[in-house]
Amino acid sequence: MSETQGKGKLALYWAASCGGCEIAVLAIDEKILEVAKHFDIVFWPCATDGKVRDVEKMEDGSIDVCLFNGGIRTSEQEYMARLLRRKSKVLVAFGSCATEGCIPGLANLSNREEIFETVYEETPSTENPQHIVPQHETEVPEGKLYLPVFYDTVFTLDQVVPVDYYLPGCPPEAERIWDAIVAILEGKLPPKGSVIGANTTVCDECPRKRTEKKIKKFYRTWEIIPDEETCLLEQGIICCGVATRAGCGARCPRVNSPCIGCYGPNTDVIDYGARLMAALASVIDSNDPQEIEKIIQDGIPDPVGTFYRFSLAHSLLRRKRKLIAAAAGGK
Amino acid sequence: MAERVGVYVCHCGSNIAGMVDVEEVARWAGANLKDVVVARDYKFMCSSLGQAMIEEDIKKEGLTRVVVAACSPHLHEKTFRRACENAGLNPYLCQMTNIREHVSWVSKDRAKATEKARALVAAAVERVKHQAPLEPFFVKVNPATLVIGGGIAGLQATLELADAGYPVYLVERTPSIGGHMAQFDKTFPTLDCSACILTPKMSEAGQHPNVTLFTYAEVEEVSGSVGHFRVKIRKKARYVEEDKCTGCGICVEKCPRKVVDHDFEAGLGYRKAIYTPFPQAVPRIPVIDVESCIWFERQKCRACEKLCPTGAINFDQKDEEITLDVGNIIVATGWKMFDCKKIPQYGYGRLANVFTALEFERMCNAAGPTGGKIVLRDGKTEPQSVAIIHCVGSRDSNHNEYCSGICCMAALKFGHLVLEKTKAEVYSFYIDMRTNQKGYEEFYHRLLEEGMHFVRGKVAEVTDAARRPEEAGKLIIQVEDTLMGKQRRIPVDMVILMGALEPQADAKELGLKLGISCSMAGWYTERHPKLDPVATMTDGIFVAGVCQGPKDIPASVAQGAAAAARVMAMITKGDVMIEPVVASIIEEKCSGCRICNNLCPYNAIEYDAEKQVSRVITAMCKGCGTCVAACPAGAITGAHFSNEQVFAEIEGILWDAVHGNGGAGVKEGQPVSA
Repeated sequence: MSETQGKGKLALYWAASCGGCEIAVLAIDEKILEVAKHFDIVFWPCATDGKVRDVEKMEDGSIDVCLFNGGIRTSEQEYMARLLRRKSKVLVAFGSCATEGCIPGLANLSNREEIFETVYEETPSTENPQHIVPQHETEVPEGKLYLPVFYDTVFTLDQVVPVDYYLPGCPPEAERIWDAIVAILEGKLPPKGSVIGANTTVCDECPRKRTEKKIKKFYRTWEIIPDEETCLLEQGIICCGVATRAGCGARCPRVNSPCIGCYGPNTDVIDYGARLMAALASVIDSNDPQEIEKIIQDGIPDPVGTFYRFSLAHSLLRRKRKLIAAAAGGK
Repeated sequence: MAERVGVYVCHCGSNIAGMVDVEEVARWAGANLKDVVVARDYKFMCSSLGQAMIEEDIKKEGLTRVVVAACSPHLHEKTFRRACENAGLNPYLCQMTNIREHVSWVSKDRAKATEKARALVAAAVERVKHQAPLEPFFVKVNPATLVIGGGIAGLQATLELADAGYPVYLVERTPSIGGHMAQFDKTFPTLDCSACILTPKMSEAGQHPNVTLFTYAEVEEVSGSVGHFRVKIRKKARYVEEDKCTGCGICVEKCPRKVVDHDFEAGLGYRKAIYTPFPQAVPRIPVIDVESCIWFERQKCRACEKLCPTGAINFDQKDEEITLDVGNIIVATGWKMFDCKKIPQYGYGRLANVFTALEFERMCNAAGPTGGKIVLRDGKTEPQSVAIIHCVGSRDSNHNEYCSGICCMAALKFGHLVLEKTKAEVYSFYIDMRTNQKGYEEFYHRLLEEGMHFVRGKVAEVTDAARRPEEAGKLIIQVEDTLMGKQRRIPVDMVILMGALEPQADAKELGLKLGISCSMAGWYTERHPKLDPVATMTDGIFVAGVCQGPKDIPASVAQGAAAAARVMAMITKGDVMIEPVVASIIEEKCSGCRICNNLCPYNAIEYDAEKQVSRVITAMCKGCGTCVAACPAGAITGAHFSNEQVFAEIEGILWDAVHGNGGAGVKEGQPVSA
């Protein structure tokens, strides 16, 4: 963005996500003023007033950069993704949800019916004797009311529209957000389709001592007080740092807590969970199938939640397969 | 620029064309697959005319990629790569897909076979477009060779190589070289004295300037690859210092502890706690058996130490680990005998006068526990009648399906020895008489003339429960004589069980260390059952003798010599080509997590502590892909098996699904002729 063009136009949007990404943008602190110096914020429903119809009226490609956080789980979110794609020169999948589905993506282990049943019927705090669940269309005396369609599957942003850049993290670290903004301002962007960030993994930023890995038992975090200096994985704690893109500065391992993988896979890795599983499977220190089975059963009670915590929606399988037939009507 | 792909579909006579509509496969590929500019079918692609066709197309049509749909790449990948190279195309831009072993030979439905062949061709075409030119590299061949196993096959290989002037390390698990042949008395069919022909070879190996013997030693670990293997062997503590011991034997003589010798004497004789397995052992240096030595049992005795004139006994000796660098390895680990107790109805271990073939070998041997006398278990009574039961544990679906090959001849040899040494009647109970080598059938006839009785039938039971007065005190053979067509009960004094030859108990384990595979039965698998019988699928590792499958002494010797000749060819050539299909680590992406460090089966990964990255030692990498799959950072790529190539291949396989045909098979209007 050269000075001659005047101020650029920036949009931010929030789809299926927790909202942490919105706050993360503010975590760049006073640098937000720098952002304001270079950009007019034309659309940011969380922080400023703005209407969809205003965006609809903008010329296609008139927004310079759109930071889009959240995955796509409803028809409304899909509409906004398509709309903002059309209006934006550069569309950035901002944060883990937009990039790889994140925690909302774990809903792909069930489908709409099951989710509605849990949320509107089964939770202990729910009282719903008339079995009312959200409907796409509702007749009222004044006419028809519409709610967005709730899909069976959570999609990542790039499964719905083409994405130019990715900024992973749950949420992205303020420093990395700033790096990305600088890269955009200076026009020093990597090839389209890349992640703006490191090409290595968390171990690269982790100060712990590493040796050859051999694991006889996996511990859950509450079962052990880890040694502060040795690699957590070598101590049998599933630290996802080996497979997770660097960028956070190894925040969690530095405070004796394992990496849970929020920065997603490294460049060119196609399926984060499969990578991590293959790596861990390789260092289990046993050749006896029964012993291996026991090591896994005892230490990893929730494999999907462990290995695909952030990446299920973007994995090769995307969702629980048995539900595909049932889900076919969803989208 | 788009690639220009040539597709060649082979008929392989009727091997492929009999089940796959090869013309349709070629036509379909030409019509449907992107970037395919030439698609042909041909009777025999591997013929010189077939190769010439590819070469000509590369030149005329400007092909940049070649796909050959034919047999297994094991057979002809080299052929077609060479053809491409001849025409100036990098050989790694040629992809073979196997529509014979993987399709025509395993299909019964022509339409489905054709559909699968099409899918495989599509996969190869999609893949080949992503392939990159690769250059092979060369490594020097270390002229030293490791021979594992000091039986006759290993000895022969050792001497061939040593005589040719090359250094050989011979590793033997037991205290002496010689193997099973050292236990035998006579060899069939010529009845030479086994020891007389074996011991000269043993002492020659023991004294040869080019041979380094490691007896009482085992292979622990093998790394590296053809040309430059690194082998760790563990030399078990003998408790006797080899450089001081003169082999005088005073220690053995004075040792107060006598135990049953289950190894060399097959349980029929005794040895001391400090012993050499047999008088002609090479080396003559004894070992102390920790299990039976009084000192190790209750810290008393040390008679051997006190009486040794050279002070060679050392109770503090420890196992020693020795690292050897060799260019090639010959595996000649031999066999063990079937445990005859597994067939309880034959009574071995329960009925005293039932013997195994190995026990009987020792009994016949003039240097054996009975001084060569054939006697019953009491040690003095000569048998009046002897039964020899064939196929004990072989040709038996309960145990081993294979034929052990040598037992018929050994049984005839035993028959001859009994008839020669005693006045006993001898019965052979056989299923089929297998005497198909030079001089063997003649030996069978000789035994027919000598009066050995042959009963064709599988013995049901050996029992001491007499039903008739003449059976009292005898062992009764219950058998259906299939030539007479009736049940017989034949009372005898002695029974010899011709136990099957079985792979060594740890054959699979050693195979894993070496990276060679075993057949279902447990014998090492040769590279080709007919055309490459001593090589294995791992370059630089050869097999010889019974470890590759049951065989007699002449065949073992021939294989030992053949393996040595193959090794000599490698040494003479001087260097070997290393396939450039290797893994490499992109340093920038490597975070030094060290997941890959102890995974490599070839020890080809090292860790650079300074840069905190791991690195592949290219010359040692075999391109197996283990580290590529394990690297959590995706920092390791396998040349020729990149993500791009593999995913393109998968998309190709799923061509129908990708192109909206829903896997429906042949499109309308393109019937597959049945």
